Amino acid sequence: MVTGKAVENVAVKLLQLAVTELPQDVKEALRRAYHEEENEVGKAQLKAILDNVELAEKTRAPMCQDTGVVIFYVKAGSQVEGLDKVEDTLRKATVRATREVPLRPNAVDPFTQKNTGDNTGRFIPYIHWEVVPGDTLEITVLPKGGGSENVSALGMLSSSQGIKGLKKFVVDTVINAGAKPCPPTILGVAVGGGADVAMKLAKANLLKPLNQPNPNPELAKLEQELREAVNSTGIGPMGLGGKTTVLDVKVDYAYRHPASYPVAVAVQCWAARRSSARISSDGKVEYLTHSVV
Amino acid sequence: MAVYKLNTPISEETVRKLGVNDTFYITGTIVTVRDAAHRRALLLHKEGKQLPVNLQGLAVFHCGPLVKKEDGGWRVVAAGPTTSSRMDLFEDEFIKNFKVRIVVGKGGMGKKTADAMKKYGAVYGAFTGGAGVLAAKAIKRVKSVEWSDLGMPEAMWVLEVEDFGPSTVAIDAHGNNLFETIQTKVDEEKLKIYKKL
Repeated sequence: MVTGKAVENVAVKLLQLAVTELPQDVKEALRRAYHEEENEVGKAQLKAILDNVELAEKTRAPMCQDTGVVIFYVKAGSQVEGLDKVEDTLRKATVRATREVPLRPNAVDPFTQKNTGDNTGRFIPYIHWEVVPGDTLEITVLPKGGGSENVSALGMLSSSQGIKGLKKFVVDTVINAGAKPCPPTILGVAVGGGADVAMKLAKANLLKPLNQPNPNPELAKLEQELREAVNSTGIGPMGLGGKTTVLDVKVDYAYRHPASYPVAVAVQCWAARRSSARISSDGKVEYLTHSVV
Repeated sequence: MAVYKLNTPISEETVRKLGVNDTFYITGTIVTVRDAAHRRALLLHKEGKQLPVNLQGLAVFHCGPLVKKEDGGWRVVAAGPTTSSRMDLFEDEFIKNFKVRIVVGKGGMGKKTADAMKKYGAVYGAFTGGAGVLAAKAIKRVKSVEWSDLGMPEAMWVLEVEDFGPSTVAIDAHGNNLFETIQTKVDEEKLKIYKKL
């Protein structure tokens, strides 16, 4: 039986891990970009990013002062007991992590502009649920920064524009964003489903490891084409010029309405923070994105 | 691409030596100012009142830091730059009235700001976005916090720094704007990219 306190402790740990240490695949992608970058100014930006990542990890400090809005993705085994308590537990964990890690208070009432001071508020932290067979609880945290979120975009294209329209929309989104989302970024792209489904799939793409190619060969080809197109813009690291504007592009899709062609682009900054853990029914905890001793 | 070590207060003569693509490090005092602090500072100036800190010759930093209270004092945990283009609304007046010589932020600023920098003698430095711990490492002490009623990110944090950097000069005091140059190149490249899609 998994207790609420155990889940709370895991969630606090996940938040701490996410904001202080990048997953291995993101670190590797940043290192590769540094070695391949030829623009001197762009290369210096990547050097500062790598130094910062290392320092954050060593001192256990959040790598960026914007520790984001907290989003959880929960894969709940249908046999796990006490699932109705998980939401409350994750809220408590967010409040605790805000104080203990610390996280910057980032939950603001859109009408009164009042900051709650503890990263919770109506629908925040947001929880995405997925029910799966089994008796384990898998929790992923995605602390999402504001700079990159502000340039995420949804295009309700006309269905006749098709795949070419999708490609142009992605390129335009990156060019309009320029330096603002702290490039090199990661793009989560999704087409179909409707406005909400496209954006949900686009954002969930940001959880995929960067070192694993898309198992669908058509999508893998599209991802590569988009990567090459946006990297030839010359925007570069922090928009100061260079050939690394994105670290990676991840594409997903859903079937669409005959009249609709929704394309969503979720933009993630270089500080692509995420962490996951699986809690078994006997209380055993396995961290999936970070090594924990 | 020269490297400059600057000590505050910085003179107009010194700041005019810097060119686009040069790198600089600051030792002395920098002050965080975001949207709300810009607005309040300019309002006080209009009313003929003094600011709590004399900004002449200092560096201002577009930053909403993550700060922790410890042993009765403040410790800056992470303090990377925020998007500077939001401050384009006020920066020309700010430079003119308060004689700041350096503005540090991320993402670049527009023509109105670049014109003021040329006219009054100031530069814009791009500090790596998200590099919050690197910035915090160079912050030796919180000298004071002003206007804390604006909240942690928006308050004016007066910080003692040592070799704060590297920042890349993206707008110099001679009208050159690195981000504008890159944007022009990107727009040219765009049409070629479209053709290949």
